Amino acid sequence: MVTDTANRLRSQAEDSVNLRRKLNRSLRMQKVRALLLIAPLLIFILISFLFPIADMLFRSVENKIVSQVLPRTVASLQSWDPANSDLPNEATFRSIYADLAIAVEQRRNTRVGTRLNYESPGIASLFRKVKRGMTKIDVSSFINFFNDLDSNFRDSEWLAREFSEPELAKLLPFSASALEYWRVENPEGGQPDSYLYVSLAVELISASKAELGELERPIADFLVKAQEQLPRLDHVNLRDAFLEIDRKWGEPTVWRTIKMYSSTLTTGYLLNSIDMKKGLDGPEFRDDSERLYIKIFIRTLVMSLTITLCSLLLGYPVAYFLAHQPLRRANLYLILVLLPFWTSLLVRTSAWKVLLQQEGVINDFMVVLRIIDDSGRLIMINNQFGTIVAMTHILLPFMILPLFSVMKTIPESYVRAAKSLGASSWTAFRRIYFPQTMAGIGAGSVLVFILAIGYYITPELVGGTKGTFISNRIAYHISSSLNWGLAAALASLLFGAVLVLYWVYDRIVGIDNVKLG
Amino acid sequence: MPIDANTGFVRFEGVQKTYDGKVLVVKDLNLSIGKGEFLTMLGPSGSGKTTCLLMLAGFETATHGEILVDGKPINNIPPHKRGIGMVFQNYALFPHMTVAENLAFPLDVRSVGRDERDAKVKRALDMVQMGGFESRRPLQLSGGQQQRIALARALVFEPDLVLMDEPLGALDKQLREHMQFEIKHLHERLGVTVVYVTHDQTEALTMSDRVAVFDDGRIQQLAAPDHLYEMPENSFVAQFIGENNTLMGIVEELSEDVASVRLDGGEIVSAVPVNVGAVGERTRVSVRPERVELDERKLPSGAHTIAAEVQEFIYMGDIFRTRLKVAGNEDFIVKSRNASNQTRLSPGEKIKIGWLPEDCRALDA
Repeated sequence: MVTDTANRLRSQAEDSVNLRRKLNRSLRMQKVRALLLIAPLLIFILISFLFPIADMLFRSVENKIVSQVLPRTVASLQSWDPANSDLPNEATFRSIYADLAIAVEQRRNTRVGTRLNYESPGIASLFRKVKRGMTKIDVSSFINFFNDLDSNFRDSEWLAREFSEPELAKLLPFSASALEYWRVENPEGGQPDSYLYVSLAVELISASKAELGELERPIADFLVKAQEQLPRLDHVNLRDAFLEIDRKWGEPTVWRTIKMYSSTLTTGYLLNSIDMKKGLDGPEFRDDSERLYIKIFIRTLVMSLTITLCSLLLGYPVAYFLAHQPLRRANLYLILVLLPFWTSLLVRTSAWKVLLQQEGVINDFMVVLRIIDDSGRLIMINNQFGTIVAMTHILLPFMILPLFSVMKTIPESYVRAAKSLGASSWTAFRRIYFPQTMAGIGAGSVLVFILAIGYYITPELVGGTKGTFISNRIAYHISSSLNWGLAAALASLLFGAVLVLYWVYDRIVGIDNVKLG
Repeated sequence: MPIDANTGFVRFEGVQKTYDGKVLVVKDLNLSIGKGEFLTMLGPSGSGKTTCLLMLAGFETATHGEILVDGKPINNIPPHKRGIGMVFQNYALFPHMTVAENLAFPLDVRSVGRDERDAKVKRALDMVQMGGFESRRPLQLSGGQQQRIALARALVFEPDLVLMDEPLGALDKQLREHMQFEIKHLHERLGVTVVYVTHDQTEALTMSDRVAVFDDGRIQQLAAPDHLYEMPENSFVAQFIGENNTLMGIVEELSEDVASVRLDGGEIVSAVPVNVGAVGERTRVSVRPERVELDERKLPSGAHTIAAEVQEFIYMGDIFRTRLKVAGNEDFIVKSRNASNQTRLSPGEKIKIGWLPEDCRALDA
């Protein structure tokens, strides 16, 4: 009896498990089928859109170039205190010599210069000049020093065999990489370039003697001996040589900049995009004369809000009119509202240029009508006014359509009921009709605002200098200044701002209340 | 309740309405509604009844004629100054307001003080047994509850006249019947004048003091429910109100109170002449299904008898519905009470049925 009950319970439990499994299986089939339907688009968007954008946005914090091009310098600067007004020691100069010698061959010296120039204007020329300047630096003592130890140091083949010992490569990694780089560039072999010897000299100073001695390789003895005799190279002064190329190498700011922007991830671009920079004691604001982006961000926000408001003021009555027409006529008018979409955005913007410019149609017309004097023609383009007028016109349909679709669903009986209850037409509109169009106002405003805040072409064409948006700065950094990191940082901030606004909007209005159609 | 055409509380005088300038939706409407009366405008859709209501409410203007309320012409008064309460077909409760706010709305726009307003809102809610629902939103209520709130809102500012535009159309049958009685009782209690529009004849008969039957832009008959049902003045009313059996024929003889009609099947029946032309013209003889007796023996003296053949017998619980072929009409319906001694007929039986001449009316063809 007891076993019977237990068996029955068990079989019931099994049944319910089976049932759930069956349900899951049937649901999974549905999910797979649904996924298959959207798969082509999803894959297309992932590959062509989301990944590139994510990669682009990652550039706002990515900063590999400095540590890639100047690895020895970065390592050497670790012991240097940037708050100190002293210059780094000779070893750092030797490191940067080795780094730059390779960089010049790879033509990467200007790239790292450009990168550092974003943070400290003027550095770029320093890194450009080294290409010629470094040929004048006499580093024969380094070559001779190792050749005197053993003639094998002239033979890249021999060195390569020695460095194939992993222990040695681990002990002197920069020298190993320098040798490897040289051998790739010079497959015919021979005597390596000076940077290998400079690199060896720098690295040997701090290498552990005991570990060097433990290596079971012919080179070990030589290296130990070299380490002992290194002080003989003390007379070589690369610091002075660099100062001779450019006096700026003697300014601690340069080294501070290198050290501060040496990590592979940086907040530098993001700080830059809110007019800040890294200081000795954390982030600090730039000088007033260097501030730019906060102002443009605020201008973008204010102008987008103005455009949204203008679209609402112009679009609401139109949507109301459309919603109260018989269906067939409403559709006809709706086509008129959508008509601008059939022309290119560029054409529409150019049309505004023709209309608004000082010698343009509107000014001419007002002069003919003697509203304004010929000498007092209004400046209506290449400023904020022009941008607001043109963008309001272009974005208006995005306001009208959601408003229309919401208004269409509001039965006339509400306003009638309000009137029959004693409300005047105005009160009925204000207290009954208007609140019910909030969903449309919200949808239209969010749509127009988000479109406006990232708009590029129209402000570029009619905005002049005062009426441009943050997107124009982003485009400038992408295509002209080639500071992609900053462009990505600005874009990330814009993206973040839109997300924040969306969140705020959701909290206040509720995104569920938004109706687009 | 006789209403003097000159003293009615609401008066339509020669009102016409056209929307497109071609077709008259309302043709020369003359109607007088007494104070405190419950008048129903009944008719099929497109008959002009709703247009009349909208003109009275002020949402449509009369193309011609005059509408007077309490002796004053209202054609030029905007709807919000007419002080007429209205209940809409879909209730038109403001979805963004709570129940209390909906009810307070007509008081707010009249600048009623807060205490008085709250008291009136509470009273109105209690009146429709919806106390405690103040803070709900209309969409959280059932159809019947929304209906009550709409009713309360139309009454809360104590109008003298309340218009109702098919207010029960969206409710299910049981609830509708229940609400019919509630509205009727509210009307009796408050004494307001109600103009009620419906296409449901049962609703009209149940609730109204008088019913105006609309068709084709005209009032076909204006009478109390019993009068309307038992003494329809033309065949449209006879057909539209309740069920009716019609037999076509030609007038043979015509006197003041009796018309002899030769039916198309050859039989001669006498009927009350209501809407007939002259001897020799076609007429439509109408008999209510429940006034026909299936059992010849139960007929009182003076009754007509006529041969019939049973086509179909339908058991409907409280009544039996028998379809017969009478004088060529295969859709002659007879309703009989489900009493223990009631005969249950089977198709194919040939019987004699009969009715009293005064239950039989000769109407227009």
